[in-house]
Amino acid sequence: MSSERERVHSVQPPVVAGSPQFHERTSTAMIMWFTVLCLSPAALWGTYVYGWRALGVIAVSVAASVVCEFLIVRFLFGRDRKVENPAGRTELLRPRNAGTLRDGSAALTGLLIGMTMPPAVPLYVPIVAAVFALAVVKWTFGGLGTNWMNPALAARVFVYFSWTPQMTSWTMPKPLLGMPAGGTVDAIAAATPLGLIKTHVVTGMIAADGPMSLLRQAGYPRSAFDGNVTEWLNAHILVHLGANLPGGYVDLFVGNIPGAIGEGSVLLLLLGSVFMFGRRIISWEIPASYFFSFAFFEWIFGGTLYHTGFFSGDVLFSVCTGGFVLALFYMATDPVTSPMSSSGMVVYGTGVGILTFLIRTFGSIPEGVALAIIFMNMFVPLINRVTTPRRYGVRAGGEAA
Amino acid sequence: MLGIRTFRGGGVFPYERKSRTRDKRIWNAAIPGIAVIPFLQHSGTPAVPLVRQGDRVREGMLIGRPAGEDSAAVHSPIPGIVQELVNVVLPNGNSSLAALVALDGEFDRLGKETRSFPWENLTPEELIDAIANRGVVGMGGESVPTRQKYLRARQAGAETLIVNGVESEPYVCADYRLMIEKAAEIVEGIRIAEKALGVKHVFFAISNGRSEAAEAVGTALRSSGSQARLIQLQDRYPQGDEKELVRAITGKEVPSGGSPLDTGTVVSNVATVFAIYEAVVLQKPLIDRVVTVAGGAVRNPGNLKVRLGTPLADLIEECGGFRHTPARIVVGGPMTGLGIFDLSIPVTKGTRAVLALSEAEVGDATETACIQCGRCVRACPMGLEPTILYKYIDHQQYDRAVAAGLADCHECGACAYVCPAHIPLVQGLKVGKRVVDDRIRTREAAK
Repeated sequence: MSSERERVHSVQPPVVAGSPQFHERTSTAMIMWFTVLCLSPAALWGTYVYGWRALGVIAVSVAASVVCEFLIVRFLFGRDRKVENPAGRTELLRPRNAGTLRDGSAALTGLLIGMTMPPAVPLYVPIVAAVFALAVVKWTFGGLGTNWMNPALAARVFVYFSWTPQMTSWTMPKPLLGMPAGGTVDAIAAATPLGLIKTHVVTGMIAADGPMSLLRQAGYPRSAFDGNVTEWLNAHILVHLGANLPGGYVDLFVGNIPGAIGEGSVLLLLLGSVFMFGRRIISWEIPASYFFSFAFFEWIFGGTLYHTGFFSGDVLFSVCTGGFVLALFYMATDPVTSPMSSSGMVVYGTGVGILTFLIRTFGSIPEGVALAIIFMNMFVPLINRVTTPRRYGVRAGGEAA
Repeated sequence: MLGIRTFRGGGVFPYERKSRTRDKRIWNAAIPGIAVIPFLQHSGTPAVPLVRQGDRVREGMLIGRPAGEDSAAVHSPIPGIVQELVNVVLPNGNSSLAALVALDGEFDRLGKETRSFPWENLTPEELIDAIANRGVVGMGGESVPTRQKYLRARQAGAETLIVNGVESEPYVCADYRLMIEKAAEIVEGIRIAEKALGVKHVFFAISNGRSEAAEAVGTALRSSGSQARLIQLQDRYPQGDEKELVRAITGKEVPSGGSPLDTGTVVSNVATVFAIYEAVVLQKPLIDRVVTVAGGAVRNPGNLKVRLGTPLADLIEECGGFRHTPARIVVGGPMTGLGIFDLSIPVTKGTRAVLALSEAEVGDATETACIQCGRCVRACPMGLEPTILYKYIDHQQYDRAVAAGLADCHECGACAYVCPAHIPLVQGLKVGKRVVDDRIRTREAAK
């Protein structure tokens, strides 16, 4: 016992820290890398339907982002130095915001840029986007945590308006190649569903009663897989509910439509989001408010384009197209550029939803999510200011309750 | 979750880690060879020493007289000889004069039969005096002398007593075991407190999911004729803190800068109520308490009934010593407890737990840049914005920090627990409060 006593007494705890003495097993790096992981199935789907070049675009985006981040950190902070701390251990000495290469934030920005590029985009476009995202959007304001716009989205918008033709020429995904599609398949071969609809709206050539029937009228192709699955669903499940699913939605859901590399597969993006919720990387406020405000307005006003009156919008079509799901779970929820309190997040999400609807319906470009999000990003400081949580024991007006 | 109450916003669900201690019966720790007995084991003014070097003291003898309203009596937990009076550092960082008593002579209480004192005929004032004479202080957190608290409550006409059996800190099981093993005694203590305070309503708060303790207490309550109502609360941290407890049970909020008394409520911990029972019924001074010794670095963790003044090293030793070198040694729970470097620090009236945490349990705590995620904001039970307060203090904008509610922070640690950037938010806010207090003091001194 006495030797045990000496042993107990001789132990020097290396750290005398303040409370709390332990932490939830989470870190900024964990959040970033886990998001990368949750996004990768959808990125791989893009590779599957568009071929290796799509993966090349993503790889170039990620590499450009990481290299750019590395150079900026090196330029600003110099080399990492090792020092000995008071407890006698070697520690890496660096400013708090210089660890961003390891924390995965640059890689995540690169991945998001890559996933929002058209598969056939010239490689200088994602490179310029990555440099713009990191050097201009992220680091001019101090690096991780201080940027006031989502770097990937701001960069996407920047290159979209700089190289619009390159950013709007799309490729047919593999499952749709060679599919019978009426007589005009060549004319629409390179249009996204929303792009096609926007063209018809702008030219005033709408004679369909909804977006899906417009696509069909224009001869938009459908995969055999869509036909089989739709038929099976209708025969075995939906028939019991008294419902009938028209063709085309399964293609939208699994990602058999032309579009950006990573935005197509609603299925795999949803799958990733389950894990994002499970690990509490994202919380319900922003996705729920964004989804419901967007769906609500699409439902009320979406049908007016087709002269079917109010409350006839095709919500399922709207949420499965235009990168909505990618934005919903992975972009609007960016911790840095979204509000902090629950109520603030709901205000922000609702705002993004309304703006997405407005831009898609009345704007001159077909997709609205990127602009809507970076627009609302700018209002985040203001939202934070007006949506502070209600303080315990304090009445409105500031005096003690 | 229907019918299970809780506080309003914020809160976290920390890793509970009670499995190694929750089913361990309380055992009596060895009597220390030398007891270190600080004269300040409570909030407020230290007791006035009544002994000198070389004096012989008996078990339970008064060795420190209360120095006023905000002070409490101190008794010798062991018989022996006062070796010297020295200054010691306490777990909370304060220092206090302490008597070192070397074990010697006979025990007056240990192993002897005790008779129950018929307290029913005492007046409330006599009960409060009996409690105070035996050195009872709050044993859950801040160690406010019970006499001071109860007299104020009587003056303010408090109508509600909340007995706090929530214990929402991870690892700690001392109160839980006490409720299981001493339910009848706790309930008798409640009846004494009820009478001493003259309250109309009594609530016994317990965390949802601690069914064994809830059953024990429930049975004891029914057979005692106490009017106390057992309330199950959601097991969410910091449900055991006064303000969250008052909100959950009464629906009222303690006004900013106030105390539960402002809502007509008194909160007493179950360990305090048990001490009241021992003080009044057994006429036993507060000379021991239940302490949880836990953490991954402890070989054989458990719940120990410990004589006050026992050095922490003795407790660790009693629990089989360290399995491996602990990364941190903590007095109290992991959310609010303080890291210590010196195991010769004694157990005092407010010591709930001693934890020796391993590297893996502490987790990574490397600080990185704030990513404005707002997890701290959503975790704060007081509706504050910890990251903003931290930045105000970092930029020395103390007035803005005060306006944003700095003083309302009761340092529960929920914000820093969830922070993915591991920013020491609680430390920052503590520093800010100290600077603000110093400034106010300087300003007043200048007048």
